[in-house]
Amino acid sequence: MPHAATVMLAGATVAERIRAAVPDAVREVAPQWVVLEPSAAFEAMAAVRDDELLDGKYLVELCSVDQITRIDVVYHIASLAQNHLFELKVPADHEHPEVPSVTPLWVGATLQEREVYDLMGVRFPGHPELTRLFLWDSFPGHPLRKDFLALPGGQKAGLSQFPKQIVGETGGEFRPRRPGTGE
Amino acid sequence: MPIKSEPVEVNIGPQHPSTHGVFRMVAMIDGERITDVKMIVGYLHRSMEKLAEERTYTQNIPFTDRMDYLAAMTSNLGYCLSVEKLAGIDVPERAQVLRVIFAELQRIASHCMATGAFINDCGAWQTPVMYTFRDREKVLDLFEMTCGARITTNYMRIGGVAFDVPDEFLPALDMLINDDLPFRFEEYDQLLVGNEIILMRARDVGVVSPEMAINASLSGPMLRSAGIAWDLRKADPYSGYDQYTFEIPVGYNGDSYDRMVIRIEEMKQSLRIIRQAVHILPGGPHKTEVPLAIRPPAGEAYSRVESPKGEVGFYVVSDGGAAPYRWHVRAPSLINLSVLKEMTVGQTIADAIVTLGSIDINVGEVDR
Repeated sequence: MPHAATVMLAGATVAERIRAAVPDAVREVAPQWVVLEPSAAFEAMAAVRDDELLDGKYLVELCSVDQITRIDVVYHIASLAQNHLFELKVPADHEHPEVPSVTPLWVGATLQEREVYDLMGVRFPGHPELTRLFLWDSFPGHPLRKDFLALPGGQKAGLSQFPKQIVGETGGEFRPRRPGTGE
Repeated sequence: MPIKSEPVEVNIGPQHPSTHGVFRMVAMIDGERITDVKMIVGYLHRSMEKLAEERTYTQNIPFTDRMDYLAAMTSNLGYCLSVEKLAGIDVPERAQVLRVIFAELQRIASHCMATGAFINDCGAWQTPVMYTFRDREKVLDLFEMTCGARITTNYMRIGGVAFDVPDEFLPALDMLINDDLPFRFEEYDQLLVGNEIILMRARDVGVVSPEMAINASLSGPMLRSAGIAWDLRKADPYSGYDQYTFEIPVGYNGDSYDRMVIRIEEMKQSLRIIRQAVHILPGGPHKTEVPLAIRPPAGEAYSRVESPKGEVGFYVVSDGGAAPYRWHVRAPSLINLSVLKEMTVGQTIADAIVTLGSIDINVGEVDR
């Protein structure tokens, strides 16, 4: 019986179903989402899609968040038949992010994974054609990363340190703002 | 003796009237039939998601106008809803109803454009567009009357809407939705739905199966043309959509013709919603008082609305600051293009143009 309005499934409910299918796939359970082990992420996604209760046939969206020490790939998955929605996250290494592609499971991920690769630099092994989507092929760096800078002041693309820590060393003629703090 | 043919590469766009903006498509054809399609996007990429990380939540609203510039109101609404969800801001009753009125007017304007452009792609060069633009223009006049802008409206605010409607608005709206548009939509029915030329041109062109539609995350008229009655206004009601009576038009074959008919039917349903909304429009404030720089608590929110193109979703991550830490937009125009190859391979170039027109992409939203 479908819900009258979309229900956001609790992380614990989703984690329980994933654990039943792929025992080692869950790394962490939050109230609203489940963090998966990257090595078992694909099996877990396949289980989520074919699970009777979760019924994740519809990949609502796929995006990524730069968390400075790691990059999270975020999946919102829905069931149109039962009208619920849940969220999965797969953490990836910040220097060389790599997350298995879910294009064999959902065709709708094709362009979104290309977008994430283009703007955040996450590689998706198993993707049929992982090329840049918006930017040109020779574009330096991946602009949605927090350490990406293409601005004057000696800052270069692909810095591994967060710019705020470099401000003192560059003499302060250019002061990058830390997003979200208003500084 | 069979005729030998050689594959030829045909480049369509980015400057081409049929590509609805700066969308580029490279088709390999063998004889008359397309064997492979490659889409190239990014000519309109303005890196909005990056820019938004440097601006306050309110300063980001104009970006949403420029994403889907044919449906600015619904993008505005989706973004404001996501921030309200994250910050826990309540919206006054009057603002809720005004939002519904403007979102539905926007749906009519966008579908007018989509229908006209689709017929244009079918080969009726420019004449139908003039008819649908005539009606779209009347909707845009109401936008201009309320917020001063026709296309990039920047009307919704976090916690309500920017301005209350002027005194002349409701009489003008009443004339539009009761005297003018119903007759225009009847004209569309007579001219387009059941028109033999359009039937021959668009039936069984660009077919999507229901399984494919779900697997490829399609949304909006693309999903509904495949027979799946999925509309977020019903499935995940926002802004009080659950108190209005309306129906979800659904197609049967998943072809281009169904999508055109669904759009025309949706415009009629939008009129129904607006009539009910005008009837229940309460008094009171049009906006909650919110601080100039809103600082939502650290956390994340995903909220979605049914735009004319499909599901527009906004995923906002906050670190407690005045600007979003991360802002991602689920763009229906981009995701609906996932099936472009499946739909067009095996077709002729002329049918591929019809198929692309029926998807109703907006390159501003594809590229962001």
